[in-house]
Amino acid sequence: MTERTISPSLDMRDVATAHTPIAWERWLLWAFVLFVAADFAWLVAWNKNFGWPIVAQWFTADSILKGLSVTLGLTVVAMIIGIAVGLVLAIARMSDDRLFSSLASLFIWFFRGTPLLVQLIFWYNLSTLFPEISIAIPFGPTLVSWNTNDLITPMTAAIAGLSLNEAAYMAEIIRGGLLSVDKGQVEATDAFGMTRARALRRIIIPQAMRSIIPPTGNQLISMIKATSLVSVIAMADLLYSVQAVYNRTFEVIPMLMVAVIWYLIITSILNVGQGFIERYYARGERGTSNARAAIRLEEPA
Amino acid sequence: MNFAAKVVAPVTAQPLVRARNVHKSFGDNEVLKGIDLDVMPGEVVVVLGPSGSGKSTFLRCINHLEAIDRGYIEVDNEQVGYQLRRGRLHKLSDRAIAVQRRKIGMVFQQFNLYPHMTALENIIEAPVGVHGQNRKQAVAYAMELLTRIGLADKANAYPRQLSGGQQQRVAIARALAIRPKLMLFDEPTSALDPELVGEVLATMRDLAQQGLTMIVVTHEIGFAREAADRVVFMDGGVVVEEGKPEAVLANPTHPRTRLFLSRFIEKH
Repeated sequence: MTERTISPSLDMRDVATAHTPIAWERWLLWAFVLFVAADFAWLVAWNKNFGWPIVAQWFTADSILKGLSVTLGLTVVAMIIGIAVGLVLAIARMSDDRLFSSLASLFIWFFRGTPLLVQLIFWYNLSTLFPEISIAIPFGPTLVSWNTNDLITPMTAAIAGLSLNEAAYMAEIIRGGLLSVDKGQVEATDAFGMTRARALRRIIIPQAMRSIIPPTGNQLISMIKATSLVSVIAMADLLYSVQAVYNRTFEVIPMLMVAVIWYLIITSILNVGQGFIERYYARGERGTSNARAAIRLEEPA
Repeated sequence: MNFAAKVVAPVTAQPLVRARNVHKSFGDNEVLKGIDLDVMPGEVVVVLGPSGSGKSTFLRCINHLEAIDRGYIEVDNEQVGYQLRRGRLHKLSDRAIAVQRRKIGMVFQQFNLYPHMTALENIIEAPVGVHGQNRKQAVAYAMELLTRIGLADKANAYPRQLSGGQQQRVAIARALAIRPKLMLFDEPTSALDPELVGEVLATMRDLAQQGLTMIVVTHEIGFAREAADRVVFMDGGVVVEEGKPEAVLANPTHPRTRLFLSRFIEKH
């Protein structure tokens, strides 16, 4: 007789054969929530005030798609400049050089400390402050000069305003990520005679990415919606385009629904993309797929 | 023990490492109070001493991870971190210091492998990226090193998938991959579970027998006895005793060495 089958009664006590009790109250809760959700969806779908036919009619209209492309374009450009400038600011702020770190701190202090809307209006009205922009030798002759109004179009003002504001926030996010990397890693790159730039690019930043990406995803989604602020400086983004329509037709809610659905579609796509990027930078982490399980409170059967 | 294979440099050779009157303070705390040490090419020097004796700090001064306050350190006929030009001593730029470090391999207490890279990628990172070696040759040499430490099958494993002892052996291979003139070991077994210490020490003993110049800071007195050419005992920021391992370990002359060794023997 082997040890594994000592007696039938002990065999029955093998936990591998145990039944999980059915959690009736959880099923009930599920049914209730689904019922409420279905009822709400029904209400919204059959409510004439939402004007679904109008939504459908305008959803892919030329002016709306044009506004959508402006929103997407502005977001991408402002985000890329914001991340690039933010990276430089973060490195400057962490450097031992007092001059660079003070300048970076000053930039971050100013651009985080003032409302984005005000910054946009300032950029747009730069010509009232500095009618001419010129490259000159300080206290000496002027080399080239431009009329500020020629340089600052709604587009350049929007890009400058959004990206410099974004840079200030990204700088702090990136700095937090760089600080999260173990000091021993920096020491290893030093000991192997790597240059600062190479150490950052190959060793430090790839490890910092794990803590940089989730807040950057947040920033990106905020940015998509922040671009709607540029309507104050007459940039025709998505929100501005639907406003232009409902100012004529007075179909306020249906037109806003058009914008809402587009915003939700973009953010959903971005969420999926973020998931892929996070998994890429999590390589080398043991039990990456368990990260979600670790914070799951209850184990669904 | 067979040390016959060992390449012993002739007595007339220049020391590879020369440290004179090295002082280092952290704030008000003077950690090194005038260290003098010569290490000959091919020599294995084991630095022993109680915690806080300054032995790790001294090791980190040799490749300028810590800047010294007074004194002089030279590796391979070059002053570490400084250069004498027209009668004046100038601080070297970060870039020039990086270049100086490229002939020194270092192994850390906490391994410090790059967690986002596989074992193989860890090993070829410096040869390819810093020393400009051809990638193919670097991979071939890395595989040779991995085979030598018995981890060829772990080439594509990430550090977290390896045990502590395996990680430290990969870290040793990573330091060897740059073909260093000098290897520094900073308490390489202190972060390991007791049963994993042996495999790392075995790897280090191999290196010692192959004639690599090594400075090893450790608490492993057994390793000092078997593999060291010379034992240096530090306490309170100074070298209190040095000599052949059989002499220093068996008949310590300084009371502090005796105290340290007796404690060690009690403990084990």
